[in-house]
Amino acid sequence: MGFMEKFFGLSWGIHPEDHKRPAADAAVRVMPTPERLYVSLAQHLGAPALPAVLVGQKVAKGDLLANPRGPVSAAIHAPTSGLVAAIGEIPAPHPSGLPVLAVTLEADGQDAWSEALAACADPFALPPDEISRRVAAAGVVGMGGATFPSALKLASSRKAKVTTLIVNGGECEPYLSCDDRLMRDEAGAIVDGIRLMLHASGAKEAIAGIEDNKPEAIAAMRQAAAVHGEVRVCPIPARYPLGSEKQLILVLTGKEIPAGRLPGDAGVVVHNVGTAKAVHEALRFGRPLVSRLLTVNGGAVRNPGNIVVPVGALVEDVLAFAGGCATEPARLIMGGPMMGLSLPHARVPVVKGASGILALAGAEAADHREEACIRCVSCVRACPMGLLPLEMARHVRGGDLEGAAKLGLRDCIACGCCAYVCPAHIPLVQYFAHAKGALAAEERARARAGAAKKLAQAKSERLAREAREKAELAARRKAEREAARAAEAASSARSAKSAAAAETAAEGTPA
Amino acid sequence: MSVADYRAVRTFASPHAHGGGEIRRTMRRVQLALTPATLFGFWLYGWPAFLLWLITLLSVLVFEFMSLRLAGEKDAGRILGDGSALLTGWLLAMTLPPWSPWWVGTLGAFIAIVIGKQVFGGLGQNVFNPAMVARVALLISFPLQLTAWVAPLPLASLAAPGFIEGLRITLGQIPLLDAMTSASLLGFAKTELSRGVGLAQALAAGHAPQLSWLGVRAGSLGESSALLILAGGVFLLATGVIRWQAPVGVLAGTLVPAIIAHAFAPEAYLDAGSHLLSGALLLGAFFIATDYVTSPVTDLGKLVFGLGVGLTTWVIRSLGGYPEGVAFAILFMNALTPIIDHCVKPRVLGRTWSGRPVSLAAPPDARGGSRHGA
Repeated sequence: MGFMEKFFGLSWGIHPEDHKRPAADAAVRVMPTPERLYVSLAQHLGAPALPAVLVGQKVAKGDLLANPRGPVSAAIHAPTSGLVAAIGEIPAPHPSGLPVLAVTLEADGQDAWSEALAACADPFALPPDEISRRVAAAGVVGMGGATFPSALKLASSRKAKVTTLIVNGGECEPYLSCDDRLMRDEAGAIVDGIRLMLHASGAKEAIAGIEDNKPEAIAAMRQAAAVHGEVRVCPIPARYPLGSEKQLILVLTGKEIPAGRLPGDAGVVVHNVGTAKAVHEALRFGRPLVSRLLTVNGGAVRNPGNIVVPVGALVEDVLAFAGGCATEPARLIMGGPMMGLSLPHARVPVVKGASGILALAGAEAADHREEACIRCVSCVRACPMGLLPLEMARHVRGGDLEGAAKLGLRDCIACGCCAYVCPAHIPLVQYFAHAKGALAAEERARARAGAAKKLAQAKSERLAREAREKAELAARRKAEREAARAAEAASSARSAKSAAAAETAAEGTPA
Repeated sequence: MSVADYRAVRTFASPHAHGGGEIRRTMRRVQLALTPATLFGFWLYGWPAFLLWLITLLSVLVFEFMSLRLAGEKDAGRILGDGSALLTGWLLAMTLPPWSPWWVGTLGAFIAIVIGKQVFGGLGQNVFNPAMVARVALLISFPLQLTAWVAPLPLASLAAPGFIEGLRITLGQIPLLDAMTSASLLGFAKTELSRGVGLAQALAAGHAPQLSWLGVRAGSLGESSALLILAGGVFLLATGVIRWQAPVGVLAGTLVPAIIAHAFAPEAYLDAGSHLLSGALLLGAFFIATDYVTSPVTDLGKLVFGLGVGLTTWVIRSLGGYPEGVAFAILFMNALTPIIDHCVKPRVLGRTWSGRPVSLAAPPDARGGSRHGA
């Protein structure tokens, strides 16, 4: 951090030790397909995909395994050719280790792409909607970790009349270097993907924001983008969490996205470099997203580096391919050290959003004891959202979740800066995650209760109406009956009367 | 080894990295910053000063340990190691008259730790600065002992008490002779003013600011050397332990009114230099108003807090009954801290100061003071 930046630059965020090299400088390795792949059906934001294959069915690499379900979901494809061995539950790559539905593939060793996949020589000739459709068909999701279905973002950008596409090459998480490596090695493919996304989203220009601790990636991207005026490479200071959407937009465009709104409302959309590469593959070769580049790193890993891994490979197999662990890992993480998930064990599958697998050695992941908050406000200064983490945590600890929400809990992006700088080692992110979960559950319960109440009300109204109608009917019938009886009585009386009259008339009629 | 056997003992919430900051390191840095002024105090006032400091520190540790055990804390020793109690005791000792008897230190330690801190729930929970609570409680309860300032008798000088004599002074066996005591500048000015003597005449004789910069004057154990306290403050600023807002606020809050009042009525109001260099102003500005626990959380809040402390200090010193007002001013502003925190909150990214989502039309700078600017 330069002197000027220290005093006049960004005041939020942190400068963690990046641990990116030497892993970032090692050449990319390609992991051979393991014998079995466990392809999770819930590896994107939104509803889990619906299986489209049967057990025992033979599939080729790239064949559809599962269809998207509902408006926000993504398709899932076979990462290799082989046999569908099972469709069932496996442990999810999540701290809970809870089960998730997955398709288990037995690889046949051929790894043969499906012949149905069609290459496209000039995707720019396709209409934008067709590009979105093909991206959706390829199951492309945000590769930065958020795993939002990319096609939806492209389509909605078009609707929102987005003018600027921001390409996130920030990779501000420590230890990770897969985006860096991808930009160095495949800048051409990325720039092609960016231009396709420009075409699909209707944006006029693309800005690729790359942290200045990746000079090789910046150079490679500049070279690849040089011939295309609409793609600009813009180095940004290395600072965590500059790769976060709102912060990246702010630094690159000066625009501040209002709370609760999407970047599209400000005419901006953000896609990751990995996503650009996946879009390029999907459009140029018709290849769905079935493998990804991820970083294997951490003090316990013998040969850290970047590896192309088929989706569905077990973390255990990936680590074994990377050369195994020199020591028992103190912590196993999927993702980066700031926002990644701590894994309960290594028998969980790689998913589309996995940017890294970290096996941290003891010293890197010391388990500290939580102490009392001394209100040093390190967390307030570090928070990239301008929140008061210490006050929010105080409310959460006291059980006042609404109070925490009023302080801006919902604006928290869970970047982890506060917990990183906390000298009392308070697990602030955990407090906030707990509170957000509890609030969401409360909201769901409230919605359910509201729905149930509405139903109950409708039912009681219906019963009342039915009772009323029944009573009315009964009353009407009774009235009718009575009227009929009265009429009968009247008519009989009348007839009696008329008979009598007739009689009288007959008797007394003067001649 | 194979990771196939790996089983997490437990899973952790992110982040899985830590910056390495520790409470004890922060406390150690503040103690380090206090050391030069403290050593100078020992040299200036001799063995009794050192003994008083030692007794106060030992007392706070004993009281902290006992309180923690009483609260059912099994790991009291580890918590004691965070250094916060030690720092409280150290700050209290700095504000005491250097030749106070031992029980002043011990009683002060009891008030600070038990009443000022542990009763509220321990570290981080107290509303008032414990050292200042003790200092004020002692001053009100024992005004005589707490204003018995001795004239400096540097260790090397012949009249300085030796170790045994110093021990007897601290144990209260030698009553302080009037000849040894001397009024502090602020106390002297207050007395003269109340006698109707103008300041120009009263201070004509012995007012020598350069001595105050060095600290060779009658005063509390650790408040005398402006230069060394300032050095400690600069060290804390440079290491990022404290921010500039509170100290600047305190100094501005006292000195600006002092300059104005002195310009209009030099006979009735002390000059800014005297305010700056006597009493606890500098110590208060850099070491007490910057206390994390009892000051506001935002930078702006800290500035408001500092200004409040400074202004209250000047008001008490100039218009109140006490010659010195830093401790009172800090307690007063401590009480206002929750209100300041309620009123002064940072702006959330994507929201206006009032908490509504920002509008897309106006650029962020037009919304006034953004710390998010690129």
